[in-house]
Amino acid sequence: MRESNDMTDVRSARPESHRGRRMSGIGRVLVAVYGVLALAAVGRSFVQIATKFDEAPLAYSLSALAAAVYVLATIALVRPGRTWYRVAWATLVFEFTGVIVVGTLSIVDPALFPHDTVWSWFGRGYLFIPLVLPLLGMWWLAKHRPAANGTDAA
Amino acid sequence: MIEWFTWVQVAVAVAAGLLCLVLGLAGRVPSDLTNGALALVELLLVVQLVVAIAAPAFGNEPTGSVLEFYTYLVGALLLPPAAVFWALLERSRWSTVVLGVAALAVAVMVYRMLQIWTVQQA
Repeated sequence: MRESNDMTDVRSARPESHRGRRMSGIGRVLVAVYGVLALAAVGRSFVQIATKFDEAPLAYSLSALAAAVYVLATIALVRPGRTWYRVAWATLVFEFTGVIVVGTLSIVDPALFPHDTVWSWFGRGYLFIPLVLPLLGMWWLAKHRPAANGTDAA
Repeated sequence: MIEWFTWVQVAVAVAAGLLCLVLGLAGRVPSDLTNGALALVELLLVVQLVVAIAAPAFGNEPTGSVLEFYTYLVGALLLPPAAVFWALLERSRWSTVVLGVAALAVAVMVYRMLQIWTVQQA
């Protein structure tokens, strides 16, 4: 119905009231990228476990765990409230630890991880997004404490 | 999988992704143009699904894992509707950026699908 997006759109671009401020603004992009990563991790882990779990149970179990945590992190970033805020922190710290530990091990001792995981080589197979994203997420969380803005109910 | 069609699809998804990213970063909220671009990406994915189902009957068999191929395809099919749905919920510039992220993710996934289908015979 609208042919172009000019003045009317600028007005509607003003922030409205949201249930949780964490998921509005640029945080949406962060959550979207997290969602895509979660989808990628879940898809990959599903294929690995369905077809060749016996080849590398450790690596593929790790893949599944990482995938589950990415999904949880995506949800936690979206949900308002203090509990979800803590869950978001916990999942991001877990992911960052995972990518550092597994990334380092996969370089120092490649025999430990002969099969790729999301975190091998610091997430090289995923454009290093698994390495950068938790940091961006933690920075975002630190800037959006639930106590600091009134929109997040405890 | 029809190779030229797949390349067209990757090109459309990349173009739609860049368009949405640029418009989003320029401060535009989701419009008929950007939502429409994602709808086009989705439409091509549905065509790709039909092609993928029909192709083996015409002797065009995937050389890689069929399960992996369809995991990518189904995942890709979910992205544009999710992004557009979200864009309708909150009309902000960042929703336009999200549309772009989704389209670019689809481009990468379609490229991976092409690799799974063809690369093993190369």
